[in-house]
Amino acid sequence: MKNSNFKAWLFLLPAIAFLGVFMLYPLIDVLIYSFEEGYNSASQSYWGIGFYNYSYVLRDPYFIQALKNTIILVIITVPLSTGLALLISLGLNSIKALKNLFQTVYFLPYVTNTIAVGLVFMILFKKTAYTDGMINLLINWFGGQSVDFIEGPYWAKMMVMCIYTIWIVMPFKVLILTGSLASVNKNYYNAAKIDGTSKFRTFTRITVPMISPMLFYLIITGFIGAFKAYSDEVALFGTNLNAAGMNTIVGYIYDMLYGNSGGYPSYAAAAALILFIIVLTITSINLAISKKNIHY
Amino acid sequence: MAVFPAAASVHPPRFLMNIVLKDLTKIFPKSSRNKSPVTAVDNFNIEIPDGKLVGLLGPSGCGKSTALNLISGLEKPTHGRIFFGGTDVTDLPPERRGVGMVFQNYALYPHLSVLQNILFPMQNLKGKERPSKEEMIARAEEAARLVQISELMDRRPGELSGGQQQRVAIARAIVKKPGVLLLDEPLSNLDARLRLQTREEIRRIQNETKITTVFVTHDQEEAMSISDLIILMESGVLNQVGKPQDVYDYPANMFVSKFLGTPPINIFKGTVKDGTVYIGDVPAAHTDSGFEGEAAVGIRPEGFIPDRNGILSCGLSRVEVMGRDTSIVFTHPQAESGSGRAIVSSESLSEVSGTTVCFSLKSSKIHVFDPVTGVKIETRPG
Ligand SMILES: Nc1ncnc2c1ncn2[C@@H]1O[C@H](COP(=O)(O)OP(=O)(O)O)[C@@H](O)[C@H]1O
Ligand SMILES: [Mg+2]
Repeated sequence: MKNSNFKAWLFLLPAIAFLGVFMLYPLIDVLIYSFEEGYNSASQSYWGIGFYNYSYVLRDPYFIQALKNTIILVIITVPLSTGLALLISLGLNSIKALKNLFQTVYFLPYVTNTIAVGLVFMILFKKTAYTDGMINLLINWFGGQSVDFIEGPYWAKMMVMCIYTIWIVMPFKVLILTGSLASVNKNYYNAAKIDGTSKFRTFTRITVPMISPMLFYLIITGFIGAFKAYSDEVALFGTNLNAAGMNTIVGYIYDMLYGNSGGYPSYAAAAALILFIIVLTITSINLAISKKNIHY
Repeated sequence: MAVFPAAASVHPPRFLMNIVLKDLTKIFPKSSRNKSPVTAVDNFNIEIPDGKLVGLLGPSGCGKSTALNLISGLEKPTHGRIFFGGTDVTDLPPERRGVGMVFQNYALYPHLSVLQNILFPMQNLKGKERPSKEEMIARAEEAARLVQISELMDRRPGELSGGQQQRVAIARAIVKKPGVLLLDEPLSNLDARLRLQTREEIRRIQNETKITTVFVTHDQEEAMSISDLIILMESGVLNQVGKPQDVYDYPANMFVSKFLGTPPINIFKGTVKDGTVYIGDVPAAHTDSGFEGEAAVGIRPEGFIPDRNGILSCGLSRVEVMGRDTSIVFTHPQAESGSGRAIVSSESLSEVSGTTVCFSLKSSKIHVFDPVTGVKIETRPG
């Protein structure tokens, strides 16, 4: 027994060493940075230990804006993208003939470069010297006023950002959900049919519980992914996200480290830890809920 | 065995019903699964009498599940009609036919408790048909008592053995008191001992409820042992319908004779000449059918009697004693695979010595077939 334990640890050693060096050490380092007040990266010195970095970050209007943006993004895109993906997957699953074709079509954005998707969005939303963008053409066609989606009002930018995020994460979710829908044994549906179960009840009482492990997986990774959003915002609004009012927490951390106003690793570390605590809390809640609801 | 007065008083179902299949045909079109169209059920004409347990028997892929799904309404027939108790149900959806069904893998909902699983079908009912909550629970408990799982009501399917899951599936299928109970290979996921036990259970439950039951299996012994009637099919075609013993004793064709019985029937290459059936030059049977030429002569293992003066002389391979059975493995140049097996009484072994064994033959155990079509050639003793 002892011996086999020892062997198990031995086999794990490379992985543990790797994780230790590249994951655990930086994490601890960030934690230390976040409490070092007045850290100077040139002299590698600081003048105290305390919560000043946290209180600075939490009072920084750019951080508050980034936090607000991130939370709006999470709250809107996670349920919407998961729900839409479920609807699309259900559709795909019931149209046998078109299943394979559509699976490819919906998977395309997943293998397409983010920048290429960004270009598509430019065509749809961006105002240029020649055109107001496809969406504005539509709005005009229905008699509406053009809206500047990239440099205009906050809600318009937020909407584009949410649509973009949903668009980007959708294919993966559709792929996972069509797979898990298809793997539900047909006999459950046959049994339900024999018993005269309505379509709605079949969906809520059989389909959803059956695929609930995958749904929870998508929701949890969806939350984590949305909290870490950054690159998509850059693709849409450029690198000066603070000016655009569209920064996210990760964007704020990046700016604090490398941006024009950067060079503040302590503030970045504090912001990173705040993000870490938020994600940890949400994920724990998610896991607790999923434990209560997944029984097999 | 225990008796369950409560169960006996509430069942039987609301009404008994026979099932009539008329010219019933199901053709699956060419698909990813089949390279060419498959006639899974070919022109069935059967009456399944009410209150009986009927075994639908045939090798894998012969169309048993399809036939069952046609009866349940899960599949629509290509043509032909289905009648339950005289009513044409062909165009009714499954839930309007009043059938209960048990699937091979049980299809119990894994996230629901046993009680919730059994309640599920009743909770689908709407309006006047829907019983009160107390009544539903009472009926679920009654069904659970009938299949003897009362003490498992709070467990989830994952916490039950295969045999227990099977019983839950049966309870769920009969809780609405269907007129027809359909079971698709209900025992094939169980181990040998449990299979024996559970098939007796199914027989008992059917006896108590008197629900007209169709039981699909590819295991001839299973079908023979519990069915009132067996329906034997092969690649979509109905071969024979009858009481198990009758089908065994009077097989309609070579397929039926080969499919029923363990060990299987021994087939010899034979000839018919002037009304006599020969194996080599040994006259084994007589026929008035007028058939002449090559024939397949089937002799059941129990049709051989070791006898020093017997007419059929075979090489002796070995004698096997397994439990109650004593069998003689013999070789014969005319035998289909060169050898065969006879089940004999242990006393008769005194007739066996040396390297050859002679048998006299029981004429009732000899079946002669056209070797090409497999059609039975009527014989008579003497
Ligand atoms: N849904 C289906 N689509 C196409 N072919 C099918 C379908 N169901 C069954 N078949 C075909 O019909 C034949 C009989 O199948 P089945 O009824 O499942 O046999 P069994 O239950 O006796 O094993 C098989 O050749 C099978 O491939
Ligand atoms: Mg089958």
